[in-house]
Amino acid sequence: MSPAATTHESLLERGPVLLRDWLTGFLPEPARWVANCLLIIVAILAVFGLLFAFLTLAERKILGRIQNRPGPNRTGWFGLLQPFADGIKMLTKEDIVPRAASPVLHFLAPVVLLAASILTFAVIPYGRDLVPVELDAAVLYFFAAGAATELAVFTAGWASHNKYALLAAMRALAQLISYELPLLLSVVPVVLATGTLSTTGIVAAQSGWKWGFVPHWLVFTPWGAAAFAIFMVSALAESNRSPFDLPEAESELIAGHLTEYSGFKYALFFMAEYFAMCASSGLAVTLFLGGWHAPLPVLEFIPSYVWFAVKLLALLLGFIWIRATMPRLRIDQLMRLAWKFLVPLALVNLGTAAFWSITFQWEGPFQLVRWAVAAGLVVGPFYVLGRGLSAGLGPRTYRFA
Amino acid sequence: MNAVLVLIALVTVGTAVAAMSRRSLLHSVLLLTGSWTGVAAFYLWAGAEFAAFAQVLIYVGAISMALLFAVLLTRRSRVDLAPGPAPGSRALYAILAGGAVAGVLVSAVARGSLAAARSPTPAVTVSQLGSLLMGPYAATLLVVGVLLTVALIGAVVLAAGGGGPEKPGGAP
Repeated sequence: MSPAATTHESLLERGPVLLRDWLTGFLPEPARWVANCLLIIVAILAVFGLLFAFLTLAERKILGRIQNRPGPNRTGWFGLLQPFADGIKMLTKEDIVPRAASPVLHFLAPVVLLAASILTFAVIPYGRDLVPVELDAAVLYFFAAGAATELAVFTAGWASHNKYALLAAMRALAQLISYELPLLLSVVPVVLATGTLSTTGIVAAQSGWKWGFVPHWLVFTPWGAAAFAIFMVSALAESNRSPFDLPEAESELIAGHLTEYSGFKYALFFMAEYFAMCASSGLAVTLFLGGWHAPLPVLEFIPSYVWFAVKLLALLLGFIWIRATMPRLRIDQLMRLAWKFLVPLALVNLGTAAFWSITFQWEGPFQLVRWAVAAGLVVGPFYVLGRGLSAGLGPRTYRFA
Repeated sequence: MNAVLVLIALVTVGTAVAAMSRRSLLHSVLLLTGSWTGVAAFYLWAGAEFAAFAQVLIYVGAISMALLFAVLLTRRSRVDLAPGPAPGSRALYAILAGGAVAGVLVSAVARGSLAAARSPTPAVTVSQLGSLLMGPYAATLLVVGVLLTVALIGAVVLAAGGGGPEKPGGAP
């Protein structure tokens, strides 16, 4: 770890902390603490607000390219000003509240949804010493802060006084509750292996390299890879994105709980969706992909927050790619995937992680046995469950197509 | 510091009272969720981080969902409101039952020895909590788990047993 000792002293690495101290260093102590907190809040809102703006553009561009059309390209260079044009359009649109709607709840739903998704940004370590709030129970906080989203989506659907919105709210409730379980169960093995609920502690546990080039990231263990896959599928479902976008299915529910929303409230829902997607991807990076650690020792000269951003963007682009490729699930398929496939797999995976933890001192040939047993515990149930669930369903023959 | 406590107490009790006085069950559920959030804020104020986050996760995230499902699946329409004010005899029973619970609670608090001086808050880490739950309190944890499982199975039996002439309505 001798190169690390020198690199994390570099100016670029300590840049954000130095900048913060330079901006608020002249203030007396209590005011300085408040100023630091405000500065962090402003920084997070600015960074993720801009990321949201350009993510919508990237999504439209990439979806366009995948569907063999150019995507937005008329506003600014290559359509770069499109998000700002959209923002101005949303702000100037009329805000319509249905006469039969419950006005307070109709207003409150998007606000609560956005607030809950912003709160989850507080515990993600964005780089070395760059965690907004250092909490002992940070992982628990993350899921507690996200707990209000279900309530907000339901309130939006119910307060609109519209049958499509209410149907969508019921769908959203069923979906969010079902996928909360595998999401939490896929995080438990990480907590079990690292012995801490603190996100900085989990990142610290993934530092270093085996033989100098294989990072100690949890995704490079059999149970870690399985938990990562379960986590990403559940996170996709939790953020209501395609292929799990049943609550807002345009073709059958005319956008579901968003039907009666217009103008900026509609934009707030989208902002919350993208923020939630960013936050879950950030947690996935923290839990499984080594957080802000560089993949190779020679690449440590690149600042830690850049590595975090690279991993985060990779996951977000993966989300967009999935949206362009996968058709929407039916509600019964959605439920079956959660309860009959992901939950049992996550439970078995917990056992695999326990086995991995108690055999940590196995050496030499036993190391092979350890890998073989753990890999078997991951692949075996996956194969058996997958085959059992799809029995009699495929392969399909299209006689009239 | 005490102003914060008073504020939290006002929010907690206020939303609970409002929840009891609303005639739309759904509004009651949402207000009750606000009350639970107030309880979580109190835990946070008292320095019990873990309990606060668990409270939000379980009550705001899960139990409110169960209540919403119960309300939505048992109401016939959204204008199906709770019955209006009941006759005086019911109010008397309510006051009796509430008074009994309040008496037990107040006497328990009054007889407990509360330290007059504020002792320094013990710094309990999450791992200490975990080892306590797995060690001295393991039996309690198991009993609570079994109790909840029995309640869950009971709910399934009640919901699935549609043989009787009347349907069990909205048993939580």
